[in-house]
Amino acid sequence: MATIGQIATRPLRAEQHGERSLASIAFLVTLWLALAFAVLCLITLLVTSFLDGVGRLDGNLFTQYSSQVRPETGGARAAIWGTVWVIGLTAVLAIPLGVAAAVYLEEFADPDRWYNRLVEVNLQNLAAVPAIVYGMLTAGLALTIGLRRGVVLAGGIALALLILPVIIITTREALRAVPAEIRQGSLALGATPLMTVWKQTLPSAVPGVATGTILALSRALGEAAPLLLLGAVVFIRFDPDGLMSGFTTMPVQIFNWASQPQAEFRELAAAAIIVLLAMLLLMNAVAILIRNRYQRRW
Amino acid sequence: MVVLAGASLLSVLVTVGIVLSLLLPALSFFREVSVSEFLFGTRWTPRFTGQESYGVLPLITGTAWTTFIGLLVAIPFGLGAAVYLAEYAPWRVRKVLKPVLEVLAGIPSVVYGFFALTFVAPFVLDDLLGLDVGTFSVLSAGIVLGIMIIPTVASLSEDAMSAVPDSLRQGSFALGANKMRTTLRVVFPAAVSGIAASIVLALSRAVGETMIVALAAGTQARMVGGPTEFGQTMTGFIAQTATGESTPGTLSYNTLFAVGLLLFAITFVINMISIRLVRKFREAY
Repeated sequence: MATIGQIATRPLRAEQHGERSLASIAFLVTLWLALAFAVLCLITLLVTSFLDGVGRLDGNLFTQYSSQVRPETGGARAAIWGTVWVIGLTAVLAIPLGVAAAVYLEEFADPDRWYNRLVEVNLQNLAAVPAIVYGMLTAGLALTIGLRRGVVLAGGIALALLILPVIIITTREALRAVPAEIRQGSLALGATPLMTVWKQTLPSAVPGVATGTILALSRALGEAAPLLLLGAVVFIRFDPDGLMSGFTTMPVQIFNWASQPQAEFRELAAAAIIVLLAMLLLMNAVAILIRNRYQRRW
Repeated sequence: MVVLAGASLLSVLVTVGIVLSLLLPALSFFREVSVSEFLFGTRWTPRFTGQESYGVLPLITGTAWTTFIGLLVAIPFGLGAAVYLAEYAPWRVRKVLKPVLEVLAGIPSVVYGFFALTFVAPFVLDDLLGLDVGTFSVLSAGIVLGIMIIPTVASLSEDAMSAVPDSLRQGSFALGANKMRTTLRVVFPAAVSGIAASIVLALSRAVGETMIVALAAGTQARMVGGPTEFGQTMTGFIAQTATGESTPGTLSYNTLFAVGLLLFAITFVINMISIRLVRKFREAY
């Protein structure tokens, strides 16, 4: 029989309570598998798209227009230029508006006023509205102001409205990270609140704003649903040349090719996916670069 | 100042614009089709000339199935990944894996749709699992939808669990609980409203996601009875009809907006619940 001393100093039975009990290990393995599944899906997705499309990653993809009859030599030229136009316009529309709204909400608005709270809840809700609804909004808007639906301007408006809440939310976070001493120092020297924002707070927040903005734009770059509502024409055989020009973008083009039954179109879609993912990767790399290079510790 | 305030006012205007732009065409739709026929009818054939029927239930069953399957994939895998990253992962592993999940979140949904159509349906479901699914099924669309929203669940739940103060964990360890018990009995319950918010947000995204279901679920609206069947979702219908010819003012154009209004109303309610939950979880400590 064991003495009291022996019982007290006996190690806890590992198989019942410790970190190495069967249940504990099974739990950890389950967690591991969950994460491994997500990573595995990502790898499979990238590898299969690459294998499907690498054969069509040729010059024609960049220089030729999409052809309904000869998919084997068709390309995504119109879609690439359309993407450049629409995303450029989206940036021009969304960034100033988003930053201005964020500055107001973060620096000037009184959070206890009912209207500012309304804006707040509203923004959170807008960030989660289905993308396709923004297409319907823009279609309605175009109808009201007499704009043709399938033009670069309409596409830019739809995507700008879509990413506006995201830009506002990330810009506010960047502004919040600027320490109060910076503002107080500026105010103490006699600067007005507006001057303080313009000369001190905003410049200090630029890296955060830039990172958030680029990530928002890369989301717009991959979005197809709202543009479908604007009737972005699919077999376009010209480069867009202005705000009132018809357009298609890479995701819309990929959607269209992927819906065709012929294998040649599927291959073309996969090749376009590689190009699209490369564009996204580039944007993300730029965002990370800016974050790492200009991030300040206060 | 006025300019700045105006910019944030724009967000309210956008909401008003959304409601108006959906409501006005939807109202002219409901002048021709009764609300009860729309909500409770079981045949959705708006384009069959002479046999038009506007019962939205087939689209709802399609959406319900893809959403349900999506959450069935996203919740266990997303939560598992979140618990590992928040409680178990060494700092270095976390530093590598979090960006990997972010990449998963940044891939355009049209790419996921292509993946469902060309890999998951023919290879994984048909060849590997021997399921008798065609090219289109709510199963393949739902699975890929779930994969797409894993990062949403994982990253928000991880935030919620990381926000649980360390003193709670140490208290639990001090009472002799091991890591698993601490995670399941202390950290998880403490973070539960944040975790619930992440799931509700994932639900909203699953209902509103368009490109995956438009490519992989099918293009025929019918009452979907099981996961291997094909069907059409609300968003899939909008996307497919919008790419065809539809002139503003016609009934077929207004039909789009009636479905759009229903979609907006459903996601609006879900989003409001999620916002409430997030608020609750922020006030917890």
